[in-house]
Amino acid sequence: MMTITLDRPSQSTAPLVEVKNLKHVYGNGGGGAGLLVLDDVNLTLRPNEIVGLLGRSGSGKSTLLRSIAGLITPTSGSVTVSDMPGDDTARGVSMVFQSFALFPWLTVQKNVELGLEAQGVPADIRRKRTLAAIDLIGLDGFENAYPKELSGGMRQRVGLARALVVQPSILLMDEPFSALDVLTAETLRTDLLDLWSEGRMPIRSILIVTHNIEEAVLMCDRILVFSSNPGRVIAEIKVDLPQPRNRLEPAFRALVDDIYARMTARPTGPVARDGNFPGTGLGMALTHVSTNTLAGMIEAITAAPNSGAADLATLARELQMEADELLPIAETLQLMRFAEIEGRTIRLTPAAKRYDAADVDQRKQLFAQHLLAYVPLAAHIRRVLDDRASHQAPATRFRDELEDFMSEPYAEETMDAIVSWGRYAEIFAYHEDDDRFSLDDPA
Amino acid sequence: MVFLSSDRLNTGLLARFARRELAPNRYDLIALVLIGAVAVLVVHGAQQMNLPVSALHTQPVVLDPARLPEYALRSTLRMFAAIFASLTFTFVVATIAAKSHKAELVIVPMLDIAQSIPIMAFLAFTLTFFIGLFPKSEFGAELAAIFLIFTSQAWNMAFSFYQSLRTLPGDLVEVSQQFHLSPWQRFWKLELPFATPALVWNTMMSMSGGWFFVVASEYFTVGATKVSLPGIGSWLAIAIERRDFVSVSWAVGAVAVVIVLYDQLVFRPIVAWADKFRFEQTASENQPESWFFDLLRRTRVFKRLGRPFRGLLAALPRSRPRARPASRAPDPALLRWMDRAWIALVAVAGIWAVWTIFRYLSANLRLSDLLLAFGLGFLTLARVVVLIIIATLIWVPIGVWIGMRPVWSQRIQPVAQFLAAFPANVIFPFAVMGIVAWRLDPNIWLSPLIILGTQWYILFNVVAGASALPNDLKEAAGIFHLRSWQRWRDFILPGIFPYYVTGALTASGGSWNASVVAEVVSWGHTKLQAAGLGAFIAKATDAGDFPRVALGATVMSIFVIAMNRSVWRPMYAYAEKNLRLN
Repeated sequence: MMTITLDRPSQSTAPLVEVKNLKHVYGNGGGGAGLLVLDDVNLTLRPNEIVGLLGRSGSGKSTLLRSIAGLITPTSGSVTVSDMPGDDTARGVSMVFQSFALFPWLTVQKNVELGLEAQGVPADIRRKRTLAAIDLIGLDGFENAYPKELSGGMRQRVGLARALVVQPSILLMDEPFSALDVLTAETLRTDLLDLWSEGRMPIRSILIVTHNIEEAVLMCDRILVFSSNPGRVIAEIKVDLPQPRNRLEPAFRALVDDIYARMTARPTGPVARDGNFPGTGLGMALTHVSTNTLAGMIEAITAAPNSGAADLATLARELQMEADELLPIAETLQLMRFAEIEGRTIRLTPAAKRYDAADVDQRKQLFAQHLLAYVPLAAHIRRVLDDRASHQAPATRFRDELEDFMSEPYAEETMDAIVSWGRYAEIFAYHEDDDRFSLDDPA
Repeated sequence: MVFLSSDRLNTGLLARFARRELAPNRYDLIALVLIGAVAVLVVHGAQQMNLPVSALHTQPVVLDPARLPEYALRSTLRMFAAIFASLTFTFVVATIAAKSHKAELVIVPMLDIAQSIPIMAFLAFTLTFFIGLFPKSEFGAELAAIFLIFTSQAWNMAFSFYQSLRTLPGDLVEVSQQFHLSPWQRFWKLELPFATPALVWNTMMSMSGGWFFVVASEYFTVGATKVSLPGIGSWLAIAIERRDFVSVSWAVGAVAVVIVLYDQLVFRPIVAWADKFRFEQTASENQPESWFFDLLRRTRVFKRLGRPFRGLLAALPRSRPRARPASRAPDPALLRWMDRAWIALVAVAGIWAVWTIFRYLSANLRLSDLLLAFGLGFLTLARVVVLIIIATLIWVPIGVWIGMRPVWSQRIQPVAQFLAAFPANVIFPFAVMGIVAWRLDPNIWLSPLIILGTQWYILFNVVAGASALPNDLKEAAGIFHLRSWQRWRDFILPGIFPYYVTGALTASGGSWNASVVAEVVSWGHTKLQAAGLGAFIAKATDAGDFPRVALGATVMSIFVIAMNRSVWRPMYAYAEKNLRLN
């Protein structure tokens, strides 16, 4: 728990939010299986804490946040939002959006006033409270500006002021800093933490969604780590480091590395070698990672100081990537047996070392061998093309096959991946105009 | 008139339009049939009312230049009444379509068909209906004129508003839900502002297209019913009857003045104002300008005048925050069942409509009439196609030349927009005089009239497209010394194609409408005629021969819709898929 004790109106520990056995399925209206995004999620948010929801894309953390905000009705399970006991002025929830979600045709002041106006607060009180919130968040002088005149950082300050002015007891933040550049994001985080620790905001508790591990460790008292497809809570980590926290401190680093390891940990079972890709065989859902990125990653791990093996967290820092950018690349390499992931270490296979040393054509040949050997869909398409006299096949055929195993967006992404890898490996050609595969090669 | 989007606006609107299904689906068919059936019923009812000959006591129009300003004002007021009606229609119908899935199933294809229907062909129906509503008074005729203008404007506006409502930015919708904005607040804070740029552009284009119908709607004859409403259109018609060359010239001048005033005092200020609502987080480089708008913004009086309205807006009803929405979505099986029931209901209405039309037409027409109408339809089609091709060959090179030179395009663009708004039917008498004087063949020489007013859509869209060609591509084309043909084939033509298609689609739709007034023209007692479906409809309207008007209008609708579906939509889809520059 946070070590700085704060002067807050109530020291009650009755939960503000309780989520029980939450389950959410997208897109089962058509009678199909639907996509399970959240599975049996439990969460308790108490007063005076900042809780982080950390996970990769597809882990349903934004869905959870929106269920708490009342924007989504979950398929099953319960969400209870309570106010602080007694006559606390803070009430309900408010939200800050990744995209800022400002109305471009309203001035800063009008944007901030929006929630108050919806509540029917009289104009003079509205104005007073709005100006106070603008003042608190450091936007003085920008009252009459339109969002398009502001920088990203200032826009998110407007988003924050708008959320605070309605005096919520719980502030929900959906990746609030991920659309900002590194410096701006850092400033905003620090400002927010200062306001929080000084108790100047009306809020009693913050729930923040992020995919940035360092951000979570920097800000949160408690972190819930989510698995993806479907989203489940796989770990709950208490952060006991004192505020303000220092990224360079060994304890901080250790915690970040530990979370990295937990996020790369994959479910036990015989499919472990296929990485975190859901499904097996033809039904394996692929992530579209560019072959340039794959090659670049192999080169980065080969190069000094890594020489063939690297710590994922360190590598991410070196390459300035977020966990959810790095992990799909690492897992694709693992899928094609160019790398092994053990705990938080990624180690290149001998094949990857050969790949690194090879010239362009040899690289393509090596990639083609691995693609055909380890990605069943690639081998399947190639076999069909070989068998047919015309050496051609419509892509819809394979797309339909995929949709027997997975939902449409996943099938789409998998097709994109296989088209791009197949083109690079020159094992088949794809014609966008009439959506078909063929064996013919322009060379 | 078709659903348009300005080059400055998000061309994505167009994209969404293009992406919709290419092949007519069953709803298109049902929509078409329902519209037809209603028309038939209207005429049937009106015929039974037995309109008295010259029942209307309208004040005769006097060809006195001193009265011309008054007539111009009357015409303009009709235009504004129609645009007001169109806006009301837009807000109601498009909102219903966006909010209710069941209504959407019927309304959207209806709008789509309605905006491709050549409404000049339906003149007889609308006129009869309104005069039937208010017999013996000028009011019915006024309403008929306004309704005709309305039908030329409303559909693309409603379509644009509907599209905007369906594509509200998700995060802003979430903010509105999260703060529990009432539907009323949501409309004012989110939906209307977001829809404004596209709606304003479509409204302004609708008004530009509307002048043609203002002129056409004021003076007409359907069988024994003759209508002459005070306005420029009537002035022009009377001048033509009397072979009064000077008065025709006066009318041309008056229309020009009206349109310049409309352009400067209405069109440009509103487009400049609407720029503020563009859904972009960055300021636009190329902001529309208007001296009149700037002037208004600077005056104190105007701001004072605006203040009460602001107070009114602020006092719009508010609602108390509601409890968290706890309702779960209804059972999907039940929803599907209800959808099916609704579709069945619509289908029954469709069958009834087919039966009504069939009974009406079979009682009054023979198969030979149908064949004749289709044959004439192909003649008019040939005219439209040939003229679009000629206009393309002329205006594409000129438009590209202008568009590549920013100084020129800034000067020419307003002129082209002015010419597109100018009702070409005002110029017709001069062409007729020429044809009569040189004894030319009307079958050929009347043809250019149908594209006289609409060719400008091709010009100003191509100019817009050419000026939007990205600079880096221009430089790349320069560095690699592309030969002139290669430059056109690989760079310029693909770059302007999406714009060209917009212009050509509008031009072709407008040309079908124009054919109804351009294939039969007169000068005093001299009457020139070209063989075609437009002339067929015009003659039947004149004679009050409703079955043939219905036949002609239906056949023309089929031609236009078929052309839209088989030529323009696929071209849009292709441009959208392959030729987007951003």
